[in-house]
Amino acid sequence: MTALTPISRTPVSFYVPVVALAGAIAGLLVGTAQGSSFLGVISGALLMAATAFGITQVVKAESASRWVLILVMAIAGFALSGIAAGLIGAAFGWFFGWFTFWLYEGRYRAYVAPYLTPGQVLWHYTFRVICGAILVFLITPILVVMPLSFNAEDFFTFTPEMLRFDPAGYSLKHYEDFFTNADWQGALANSVKIAPMATLLSVTFGTLAAIGLSQAHVPFRRAIMAILISPMIVPLIISAAGMYFFYSRIGLQGTYTGVVLAHAALGIPFVIITVTATLVGFDNSLTRAAANMGAGPVTTFFRVQMPLILPGVISGGLFAFITSFDEVVVVLFVGSAGQKTLPWQMFTGLREQISPTILAVATILVIISIALLTVVELLRRRSERLRGMSPS
Amino acid sequence: MADITDQSGPMLAADGRPLKSSLNRALRRQKLRALALIAPLLIFIMVTFIAPIADMLFRSVENQIVSDTLPRTTETLADWDADSGEIPPPEVFEALYTDIFVAQERKLHTRLGSRLNYELSGVSSLFRKSGRRVDDIGEVYQDQFEDLDDFWKDSETWNALMGSDDWNAAQIQWDEGSDDPQPPFEPREEITGLLPQTAEIFQIFADFVQREDEDNLADEDPWELVYSALYTDLIQTPDLSGYGGPGSAELLVAMSAVPDFETVDHAAAFEDIDEDWHSIEVWQTIQTYSPDFTSGYFLNAVDMKKSPDGPEMRPDDEQIYIKLFIRTLIMSLAITGSCILLGYPVAWILANLPARTANLLMILVLLPFWTSLLVRTSAWKVMLQQQGVVNDTLVWLGLVADDSRLALINNQTGTIIAMTHILLPFMILPLYSVMKTIPPSYLRAAKSLGATNWTAFWRVYFPQSVPGIGAGSILVFILAIGYYITPELVGGTTGTFISNRIAYHISSSLNWGLAAALGTILLALVLGLYWAYDRIVGIDNVKLGG
Repeated sequence: MTALTPISRTPVSFYVPVVALAGAIAGLLVGTAQGSSFLGVISGALLMAATAFGITQVVKAESASRWVLILVMAIAGFALSGIAAGLIGAAFGWFFGWFTFWLYEGRYRAYVAPYLTPGQVLWHYTFRVICGAILVFLITPILVVMPLSFNAEDFFTFTPEMLRFDPAGYSLKHYEDFFTNADWQGALANSVKIAPMATLLSVTFGTLAAIGLSQAHVPFRRAIMAILISPMIVPLIISAAGMYFFYSRIGLQGTYTGVVLAHAALGIPFVIITVTATLVGFDNSLTRAAANMGAGPVTTFFRVQMPLILPGVISGGLFAFITSFDEVVVVLFVGSAGQKTLPWQMFTGLREQISPTILAVATILVIISIALLTVVELLRRRSERLRGMSPS
Repeated sequence: MADITDQSGPMLAADGRPLKSSLNRALRRQKLRALALIAPLLIFIMVTFIAPIADMLFRSVENQIVSDTLPRTTETLADWDADSGEIPPPEVFEALYTDIFVAQERKLHTRLGSRLNYELSGVSSLFRKSGRRVDDIGEVYQDQFEDLDDFWKDSETWNALMGSDDWNAAQIQWDEGSDDPQPPFEPREEITGLLPQTAEIFQIFADFVQREDEDNLADEDPWELVYSALYTDLIQTPDLSGYGGPGSAELLVAMSAVPDFETVDHAAAFEDIDEDWHSIEVWQTIQTYSPDFTSGYFLNAVDMKKSPDGPEMRPDDEQIYIKLFIRTLIMSLAITGSCILLGYPVAWILANLPARTANLLMILVLLPFWTSLLVRTSAWKVMLQQQGVVNDTLVWLGLVADDSRLALINNQTGTIIAMTHILLPFMILPLYSVMKTIPPSYLRAAKSLGATNWTAFWRVYFPQSVPGIGAGSILVFILAIGYYITPELVGGTTGTFISNRIAYHISSSLNWGLAAALGTILLALVLGLYWAYDRIVGIDNVKLGG
């Protein structure tokens, strides 16, 4: 990003009060935690105003003074209450060093349009802070779960030991429980047995149907599409209720087959959507060329069409896999104790005997989803590259 | 060109067929091939998904249990005038005796009791009690017949009397230990004509023993009910003179004895079992629910009930479903609203930042989107507890006193916070894809024409982003009203949705019909919204993961 506006240093009367204001807010937090908000506000404001003036007007060496500030604040925090406070102090030190020079050097104007009024610049940055807060809201639950899963106690909050970064406060015992407990291992085994079968079914049927749907002349295309997409539209609880009623009528309720069929039905819309999207860019003259050179329909499919749409098929399959692997409502009704899957075990764990092992499982699942997300993204790029290569 | 115009007759393809029909044939073959590719999946979805949904719709109106379990009672009761203020006539009680006797042998009366209990509380125990004591009524006749002659005590003599000669021979031949099926009971034709009721009841008894109980009919003594039927037949003095088969002598003796028999007043006998049988309300309920199909479950789902005067509202303290539907809608609206508030700024900044930064921030949106729903729900359950991370942080900062920690979970707040977080990506992604298409130059043009920041945004940018808001809102709203897991885990009692009630009726109260009716209403709501979504955005534009 290139600078839009030439920058110049700002007067002391601008940046020192602003830094003092930020200092007051920080002082408020620290002061409240220590027991006196008023004292915190006053001392935070005065301290930060003095520091800002000192490092810009007296010392004038940016990099050195910022490092010193980080060090001083870290030591102050450590002296006040241990390692955690020391780290927070260091973060404060980094922030105030950066913030002071950002204002003093006028860098905050560099990347905004030159004609903006000060109020608009202020709004520009306030808006970014708001967005940052929302993104933090989005990601916090996942970030909180991970460290908590290493808790040495059976608590769901950070213990004082954890906050002091005492190694005794951390342990792998919840992971150990997950890998040794028969309930969890049985649930994992069931999930691993059900999800791939369901995925296989949805991918096979889904890919064939998607190829059929993308042909030029399909009667009742809209109606067929609506039926095939419907498992995604109907709320899960209704699908679960219907399947429970119907499958117990035909003796599939509480069987492995029943759960696999139900999950396959739920995964099909994802396969259909991704594969039809891939086929939109498929050049049909390639199959005609293959036929022209004497290839039968089967050979054409496996040697020409399949390699080109493979990325779409795989990401559809991944979606179907995740759907089955994460699904709990339908399996809760269609399955019986013998088909208890990992999400089901988590669900009962959360509802009845809430144990921190759930957090360990959650962490493992987050890591799996990150891996899958990466794979899908790579496939999407590959698919776009392949489609970019084929003449249209 | 001249060649073609000169030709008379249709244009021909290379193989000599008319071009038009040749093209038609190719087109038809193409259509068939496409359909053949789609067919397996279509059949699969029809069986595994559409049939279950249809079954649910059917169950929401199906009510055959009453007329299946009490066929004679419902038939005789049809003529009874519910508004007369009098209990039904004696024939109804006689029919009821027969029906309840058969039902309790087949252990169906408790099921019917719990079904009718949904409509009128107390019926369940009434049926259970009656099932236990209905034997007593028939014993009056059984004892008198058995006192008359030992002939009536024995299963063998009964079988000889009621069954045809061929069947009797086959039954004696049959070896119980072998794998051969038991010869099915065949009635003796003369007896069917002379003693129609006895024959009918004996047939039911024989079928029940042979098919449902799978016992040897030769060893089973007839039900008490058979004796009652025999009494009813004999008291009408059928012409037995032409009958000379087994038991003809005993039948004649019995016929001459029955006028002196002690009789049973069925109405009084049922009143003796439970005085509720003489309550008009019970009979009104049975009559109202006699038809094979009922709107009762749907009325129940909107807090109404059937009454002799047509549908009416339930008493105020029994009204829960309308409130629950309204709560579900209001909370879904609140969730949609907070998703718009939080999603709009994020989508805006993602659409306006340079691609590299935007892609990095996009990961923060996609990661929660891809994370297991249960992981996110458990995270919120952990964070929002009284002793959880959020409360701890607030206490540490001094914003909340230690003894007055906020109740953030097991109430509506918990559900709204957790579901806003879970559904936020579904708002951000469609908003982002719409905002991506709005040229930034429009805003600059507005400003250069003198618009303030706010006017430029409100008059120029916002109207163009409305389709994104519409798409995102409908998506979030539809997902929210059908949610089950999150409200169940963090909603407590006040933060639950209609879906939790459906699940409760399926697995705990076993009122499947009501669950199906509630589900059907919810489904209609969702499909209506999807229709709107299709009109606004188009189903084909559904995108996954950005």
